[in-house]
Amino acid sequence: MRLLTHNMLSCNIKGVTNGFPLKIEATKVIEKQVDLNVDFLKNMFLKVEWKALVEASRSMGYAELPEEADSSLLGSEEFLKKFHHALLELHLEEGALICPETGRRFSVTKGIPNMLLHEDEGF
Amino acid sequence: MLDVAVEREAEGDLILADMGQGLGIRPGTIDGAISISAVQWLCNADKSCHNPKLRLKAFFGSLYRCLARGARAAFQIYPENLDQRQLIVSYAMRAGFAGGIVVDYPHSSKSRKEYLVLTCGPPSLSTSVPKGKDGEEEGGSDEDSGDGEDQTVSVAERKRSRKRQKTTTNKGKGRSWILKKKEQMRKKGNGVPHDSKYTGRKRKTRF
Repeated sequence: MRLLTHNMLSCNIKGVTNGFPLKIEATKVIEKQVDLNVDFLKNMFLKVEWKALVEASRSMGYAELPEEADSSLLGSEEFLKKFHHALLELHLEEGALICPETGRRFSVTKGIPNMLLHEDEGF
Repeated sequence: MLDVAVEREAEGDLILADMGQGLGIRPGTIDGAISISAVQWLCNADKSCHNPKLRLKAFFGSLYRCLARGARAAFQIYPENLDQRQLIVSYAMRAGFAGGIVVDYPHSSKSRKEYLVLTCGPPSLSTSVPKGKDGEEEGGSDEDSGDGEDQTVSVAERKRSRKRQKTTTNKGKGRSWILKKKEQMRKKGNGVPHDSKYTGRKRKTRF
């Protein structure tokens, strides 16, 4: 699972109002090379929740991203490379996602998070 | 299915979740959604805790929330019957979507396909529902896909084995069983005759 996906996932348990961002508990992180696509990154920058991305990348052991960012940084190639690496090349292979409100664990195996809810948690 | 996707190294990320429990995605992030032959399964109650109407409501409600304004969703569906199709569409509309059903090749029994096309946000020119293919513009490509020579016919014996016969003819299923089944079919959205004191009664012998 990429951090791009993590940036969109939220906890879906009934009654949870603030299920985003999910905390990451990483036991295995892998990296896959992807070609840099500047237009895609510029478009995604508007959609991505920056704070969540920074926190997520730190918990995966990548601390290069700046704390704050705005669209003026998009001109610099160095920033784009870091952003690209964090967003698309880091993969959470094994570990867990943890709901910030209830502390419920969603396990991640083979890069696939298991977001199935128990019977009493659903709608 | 997810294991197969991992084996074939599918591009993109995979998530294991139940769409009847709603989509766990941050609001306003998704620009488009597609699905193939999935939504009609929400009409089934595979577990006792499943309620198709609630599941449809959770699915379409959460989908509407996580789609961006002006986003589109297209679902290919195989509804069992008219009622089921109406049930699915009505819950989509109740969630706030505009759109409807588009049918490709409506006159062909083989290549007929139904799509539920939804748009999020107020209706405008750009959100109009596309027209389905009717197959007339593509001359004759359908004809040879009909009765081919290499179709096989399987022959089955009419007699069933002793063991099988015994278990089925042992005892009729009771009134409570019938009522339960009727309730299940009602939940699916099928038309079912109402229950009365005659439900599940035996016919008289002189009949």
